[in-house]
Amino acid sequence: MTLDVIATYATAVFLLIGSGFVIVGVIGLLKFNDPMTRLHAPTKVGTIGIGMLLLASMTHAFASGDGSLHELLIMAFLFVTAPISANFIAKVNIHSRTCEVPPSPSRDDTWSTLKSPDLDQEIKGGVQE
Amino acid sequence: MARAFRWLLPHPLLTLLLTLVWTLLQNEVSAGMVVFGLILGIIIPWGTSIWWPDTPKGFRPGKMISYSIIVLWDIIVANVQVAWIVLTVPNSRLKPAWIVVPLDLRKPEAITVLAGTITLTPGTVSADLSDEGHSLLVHVLHTDDPDAVRDEIKVRYERRLKEIFS
Repeated sequence: MTLDVIATYATAVFLLIGSGFVIVGVIGLLKFNDPMTRLHAPTKVGTIGIGMLLLASMTHAFASGDGSLHELLIMAFLFVTAPISANFIAKVNIHSRTCEVPPSPSRDDTWSTLKSPDLDQEIKGGVQE
Repeated sequence: MARAFRWLLPHPLLTLLLTLVWTLLQNEVSAGMVVFGLILGIIIPWGTSIWWPDTPKGFRPGKMISYSIIVLWDIIVANVQVAWIVLTVPNSRLKPAWIVVPLDLRKPEAITVLAGTITLTPGTVSADLSDEGHSLLVHVLHTDDPDAVRDEIKVRYERRLKEIFS
């Protein structure tokens, strides 16, 4: 077996694993029925699914003699930005009460998202000015 | 001399990182591009230093590398576990839970890295910080024992981060 053949098989395997995890992420997104649990699905797609697809791309690029390290950068940017968007969606869920009310923190008064009493009452009363 | 150095390079690690990212973006290592990256790496931290005046002190890059390897391994293991949960556990038997993690970390950078790690590890999402920054709110997808998850976060990640950002 030449190196070329091995690289082709490796690319195929990485693609399969990657798309498998992406499918699981999509199934999770469709299956779960509450916004907070649903949030868990995309974090999976963002890490291993995309990671494997990028690894496949890298293997293929190096095998065809045109090596590229851009994928590492995509990976790094994803890893830095994914938690931030997940955090924002979680905050929106907490703020609009579309999930269970979280327990109060053990050391401080309240969670920072909930620390806006006036705004919360406005939302509850449906009065928006 | 030290003051001039601090004025020119307010964030030496950021300078290195920017140079590296620029070189990676070019996709080839040539002297000209590395020098240009270095120029960007000096100008950008210098120009933006008014917005983040404090240089993080006591950061240990060596331990950060071993921490990254542990986190990458955990991401792979937890991904398989969570994929299994998604495919096999029906919604009615799913036990999501909120956990409150009391924080020993005080530095904003360290808390950011911890929250990011928790979100990247499948099965847990960090949702909020308490108003004074002493606890972290984490949502778990499926667990029988929320306290065990909390202890694992504290022992596995927070203890190591405390060493990195000491």
